[in-house]
Amino acid sequence: MGRLWRLAWLETKIFVREPMGVVGTVGVPVLIFVVLARMVAERRGDALADVPPLIAGDLPILGAMFIIATTVLSLVTIIAIYREGGILKRLRATPLRPPAILTAHVLVKLLFTLITLTLMYLAGRRYHLVIDEVPIVSFGLALLFSTTAIISLGFVIASVVPTARFAQPIGTLIIYPLIGMSGLFVPVEALPPALQAVARAMPFTYAASLLRGVWHGEGWASHSGDVLALTLMFVVFTGVSARVFRWE
Amino acid sequence: MTHQPAIHVATLRKVYGRTVAVHDVSFDVQPGEIFGLIGPNGAGKTTTMECIEGVRRPDRGVISVLGLDPARDAYRLQQRIGVQLQAAQLQKRIKVREAVAFWASLYPHPADGDQLIEQLGLSEKRDAWFMTLSGGQKQRLFIALALINDPQLVFLDELTTGLDPQARRAIWDLVRGIRQRGKTVLLTTHLMEEAERLCDRVAIIDHGRIVDVGTPAELVRRHCPERTVIVGTDDPEATERFGAIPQIESVERRGSEVILHGRGEDLVTHVIRCLAEHRIHVIDFRSEVPTLEDVFLRLTGHTIRD
Repeated sequence: MGRLWRLAWLETKIFVREPMGVVGTVGVPVLIFVVLARMVAERRGDALADVPPLIAGDLPILGAMFIIATTVLSLVTIIAIYREGGILKRLRATPLRPPAILTAHVLVKLLFTLITLTLMYLAGRRYHLVIDEVPIVSFGLALLFSTTAIISLGFVIASVVPTARFAQPIGTLIIYPLIGMSGLFVPVEALPPALQAVARAMPFTYAASLLRGVWHGEGWASHSGDVLALTLMFVVFTGVSARVFRWE
Repeated sequence: MTHQPAIHVATLRKVYGRTVAVHDVSFDVQPGEIFGLIGPNGAGKTTTMECIEGVRRPDRGVISVLGLDPARDAYRLQQRIGVQLQAAQLQKRIKVREAVAFWASLYPHPADGDQLIEQLGLSEKRDAWFMTLSGGQKQRLFIALALINDPQLVFLDELTTGLDPQARRAIWDLVRGIRQRGKTVLLTTHLMEEAERLCDRVAIIDHGRIVDVGTPAELVRRHCPERTVIVGTDDPEATERFGAIPQIESVERRGSEVILHGRGEDLVTHVIRCLAEHRIHVIDFRSEVPTLEDVFLRLTGHTIRD
């Protein structure tokens, strides 16, 4: 365990040394959240009717999905860069166990997920979108849980991207459409049958449902189906990536 | 050198799809020597080395490294060997001292990292990011990482590729230093000069097969016995005198130079004796000895850069 934490800490330090990476994973989602939050805050009451219901009512869920998207994209990119540079191979030729090398990156990503969520929470309080009754700890846990499940899909994506150059665009092309059909914007039932099937086979749909439920105080018990689906997908995607993951 | 070899490889075979990368390769590396696998890119050097390191699994063959089977005892073996992989990088923004400290933390009995940094001439770069290091500094850091667990056996894969001649020479000195500490070194290179200057013994690999094994001098003697002596002289009778030396096969005059082709290591002695005997006036004298490069060409029918 000591080695895993040491590597995670080292990777954290290395990550914050690249300003663009931090801006992309933390700054961009927070910035978008703040822009939208101001829009909502400026139009209290009747004027809020002009604002799309997703932003008026579900902005925190949208924000959380943004966090997941940037986190997973950042992971896919880093893994692709590490593979291309032979860094994964070099680490693998040490007594480090292969899963530890990858888990260290997951821990770093989860840490920054929490940091981003905290910044959004503080921004939300500033614009009075977030009040004391909001189950923020529970929401944070739901976010970490969903992120972990979706990161396992990220490892599958990282296995198929041919080069580091393509990691970001290919990841974006996969992840954002999946978020688009996650039920956040349009109910899944309203999608064409083919897209419905894709939506139900992918973790974003269950993540969106869980996050929305927890935010509105429904409790985990009433979302056990989402939890189960996410757990199952984590197991399946981890299994798949263990088979198809390329170290070099 | 009668004790157990540091590395024993017998009939090693590795196939990628329909390409046989390593074709029944066998050789032994003795403790305390610098052994070189030499051949062009794609000859199978790296694959062979990575099978021995336990990074890659061979399809067939026997490998014993310090008495261990690298496929079965990979983790135990890792404690006792140090590796530098071809074209590997580190995290762009990792600091030199962080890399050394982290690597040290992975092993139960690490060497003194600060001392290694100093010995490899990286003290001034302790706090520099990996991406800011020069090619030579990066390779020195990789040597430091390969030595961090105080290994008995060190693997160096194309260590000096891409370095300028000065940095290359500095690295050669460091590798000799590793041998001086009683460690065994297995290295790969496609630079014949590097093999000749650094290696105690070499195995020439071409198309996945070992063509021959020996010390560089042995290989030259065995495969390229011909010698050339060039004498600059204004003596008009010199050509005739040289022609009388039995070991000389051909004499050619080019202006003021006479070019003598012959065989055997004592050819030069015979020529000098002839010069003295006949009091031939000498303006210039040099001899050309074939190199490993010539041996490679002779054995494989192509140059190493083809």
